[in-house]
Amino acid sequence: MSLLAQLPVIPIIVPLVAAPLAVLMPAEKMGGRIPYIWTTLIAWTVFAACVAIFYSVATVGPISYHLGDWAPPIGIEYRIDLANALVLTLVSGIGALVFPFSYESIRSEIDPRQINLFYAALLICMVGLLGVTITGDAFNVFVFLEISSLSTYALVAMGANKDRRALTAAFNYLVMGTIGATFFVIGLGLLYQATGTLNMADVKFQLAGDNNRMVEAGFAFIIVGMGLKAAMFPMHLWMPNAYAYAPSAVSAFIAATSTKVAVYVIIRFIYTVIGADFDFASAAFAWLIAPLAIAGMFFASIVAIFQSDVKRMLAYSSVGQIGYMLFGVSFGTEQGLAASLVHLFNHGLMKGALFMAAAAVMLRVGSHACSGYAGLAKRMPLTAAAFIIAGLSLIGVPLTVGFISKWQLLSAAFDSGRPWAGFLIVASSFLAVIYIGRVIELMVLKPAPENAPPIKEAPLSMLIPMMILVAANIYFGLNTELTVDLAERAAHALMGAGR
Amino acid sequence: MDLVAFLAERYNYWIFIVLMMMGLYIVIARGNLIKKLIGLNVFQTSVFIYYISIGKITGGTAPIYVAGDMERWAHGAGHDAGHGEGAAHGADALPGKDPLGAGALHADETLQGDFELAGNDLSTLTGEAHGAPDTQAVHAAPSDGVNDLLAAPPLKIEDHASAVADAAHKAAEVVYSNPLPHVLILTAIVVGIATTAVGLALVVRIREAYGTIEEDELEAIDNVAEFGETHAKGAAA
Amino acid sequence: MSIEHLILRVVIKIMFAPILLFALYVQFHGDYGPGGGFQAGVIFAVGFILHALIMGLDETKRVMPIGVLKWLMVIGFLFYAGTGVATMLLGGNLLGYDAIDPASTHHAGQHWGILLVEFGVGMAVASTMMMIFYHFAGREPEIRDEDW
Repeated sequence: MSLLAQLPVIPIIVPLVAAPLAVLMPAEKMGGRIPYIWTTLIAWTVFAACVAIFYSVATVGPISYHLGDWAPPIGIEYRIDLANALVLTLVSGIGALVFPFSYESIRSEIDPRQINLFYAALLICMVGLLGVTITGDAFNVFVFLEISSLSTYALVAMGANKDRRALTAAFNYLVMGTIGATFFVIGLGLLYQATGTLNMADVKFQLAGDNNRMVEAGFAFIIVGMGLKAAMFPMHLWMPNAYAYAPSAVSAFIAATSTKVAVYVIIRFIYTVIGADFDFASAAFAWLIAPLAIAGMFFASIVAIFQSDVKRMLAYSSVGQIGYMLFGVSFGTEQGLAASLVHLFNHGLMKGALFMAAAAVMLRVGSHACSGYAGLAKRMPLTAAAFIIAGLSLIGVPLTVGFISKWQLLSAAFDSGRPWAGFLIVASSFLAVIYIGRVIELMVLKPAPENAPPIKEAPLSMLIPMMILVAANIYFGLNTELTVDLAERAAHALMGAGR
Repeated sequence: MDLVAFLAERYNYWIFIVLMMMGLYIVIARGNLIKKLIGLNVFQTSVFIYYISIGKITGGTAPIYVAGDMERWAHGAGHDAGHGEGAAHGADALPGKDPLGAGALHADETLQGDFELAGNDLSTLTGEAHGAPDTQAVHAAPSDGVNDLLAAPPLKIEDHASAVADAAHKAAEVVYSNPLPHVLILTAIVVGIATTAVGLALVVRIREAYGTIEEDELEAIDNVAEFGETHAKGAAA
Repeated sequence: MSIEHLILRVVIKIMFAPILLFALYVQFHGDYGPGGGFQAGVIFAVGFILHALIMGLDETKRVMPIGVLKWLMVIGFLFYAGTGVATMLLGGNLLGYDAIDPASTHHAGQHWGILLVEFGVGMAVASTMMMIFYHFAGREPEIRDEDW
């Protein structure tokens, strides 16, 4: 067996085998450290494999892996090009940081008897997201998507140990998520009926630019279904509560990955499966995706300003940020797509760091309400610093990744002859200044409540992953070679396949 | 009348659409969480029906490999010329009484011996084919059958290899329903079961935590927790 | 929790073994006709669920303890995944069954592979179904904390 040839399947099969073993591990011996260490090691293995895949794709070219030795389009194919290699690296990287990060936070937030189940579910959630990203088979996307969603419902519900509203949040998420997934399946059925194939590249080949209403309807169902999963405005209603009441480490993981993966699927279906040449695709860009993206950018950001709970605020901000990504896609240009991919990656970094900081505050202060953040800069200086840097990155201050993605979006907007779009992006960024600024003001300027008990800084196991993410926020803000160049190449490949 | 025929021909889509809308309506309109889950199930089931109906071909059988049985039958017939037994076995292998399967059997029987009967069998074969609903698929069968019959006389009955090849060839004429959508939906059903189980488990937990599974009451309770008594009353009213 | 209906008790005692037998038939008939692990697993679980409905959950838990189910779930799944990994180790791709018996002219590897995989699926599905039933049926409401 050559390890290199089997590389694409390792991120899937290794955690898939490891997760059930984690279920068998004792939850209460050694404070649940056994499943924790086991799954952390697995997450690192997966990350290493994903980096190797990324390197191989970036230097050699797309990888195609045939499951069961059945050649596509009949067999299921794992197909990795630059676009999904980028998302794979993001998901596995966030996973590799969240797993070590989660231990202290989780132990204080969930029922300690469930700790082995928690880690198994988190691992399966990661497998699902990686699977959605890696596969080249349209129906496989649905299967992996549901694998990740089902485990996410369970993970969100585990927050009920702290706040019972996690249960209703998880239920609403389940209903909305299932409707979204079922819409997606209907869309796939229509596409399958029109083309007789489920292989992504082959669907496009079979369509051969042929337009009919079945394809149009399928496209609409897929966009709506994935829009629900991606929390595209106005289908985001499940998201704020789910993110706010989930255990903090879970919020950090899913906020940084799951919606990004859904956006990736939208991009993938628009460009690789359907092809953006169709009239209805450009109509969807102009009349559906762009207006909704703009509405999301403004509406969600304004709502975020009025939240009294930091995690909810960050969740609403995510809805707005999804708006930016879709806005970039809706330009329909290579540059816009590249900007979207860059923002997709960068937003994973900043939201991951922000939610991690929120988790640390939750652990020490015991609350994620805004009031708990008062005077935090003195009480937990490192966590506060992490929050501030990641927050500035979210706003788009130079030297951070946020600036890079905003800059890319802006130049894409101007180059595609949409100066008004550039204006909108800048204007909505000011909203981010308000809601992030509010929390920063609380942390830096307000004194801590008089009767507040003295608290320690977050433990090292949380600080180190958080600091790595914050450092990544700055590093990728200075060194744009990796993200921007690769995103441009990825966008070129996606669009090139569209011609 | 054309319109009626147009609508009636696509009855499977109507079933799908009606069920789907019913399911969605229940999910949205009902406040009881269990009813919501049932609506969700109806919604998902409608999609299963849609997939299954697009894979079904009129007159098609389950996609089970018939040629394997024919192979064995051809071997058996070659060795001891046990016609009756072999034919019975073949008949078992072809599920349903679809004309096409019967046609394939007839052709095989003639291949094995009784060439005098070839004309008769051919006529019955084409006769049956005319009555078949799926004309396109059946068209291929009679002509192939004719070819085989014409080719049959020079063949030696003992020639196992070509008999096997012919049997396999004829098996290919059996019309199968498309198995792929069915398999996909098997997966989707399993996903649906998992979703329902998780959903019901959540409902159980919600009931334990709140003491109710009515959505508006849950909302009111949460509002009380968040904003205090007075605000909640205003929101409920 | 057991019910004192004699007829039901006798019927389930008679039905129990045939249900399990039928499950095994469906399981191994999957090679030749409709059937396979999913369906067989559910039928297998139905036998135990019926038993629990009539005889009471505690009786069934003596036959099939929850700890055993947990192991069966995992082992069943590992059978499935393990077959995939085994084909990788033998030089094929994941689930490339031909690697099991590459010399075979009639794809004997495919038969072996699907048999093993379906066995694993059946085991995992049956135990998962029972597990779901156990948890729903055997759930005792937790005592409400005051701070909720």
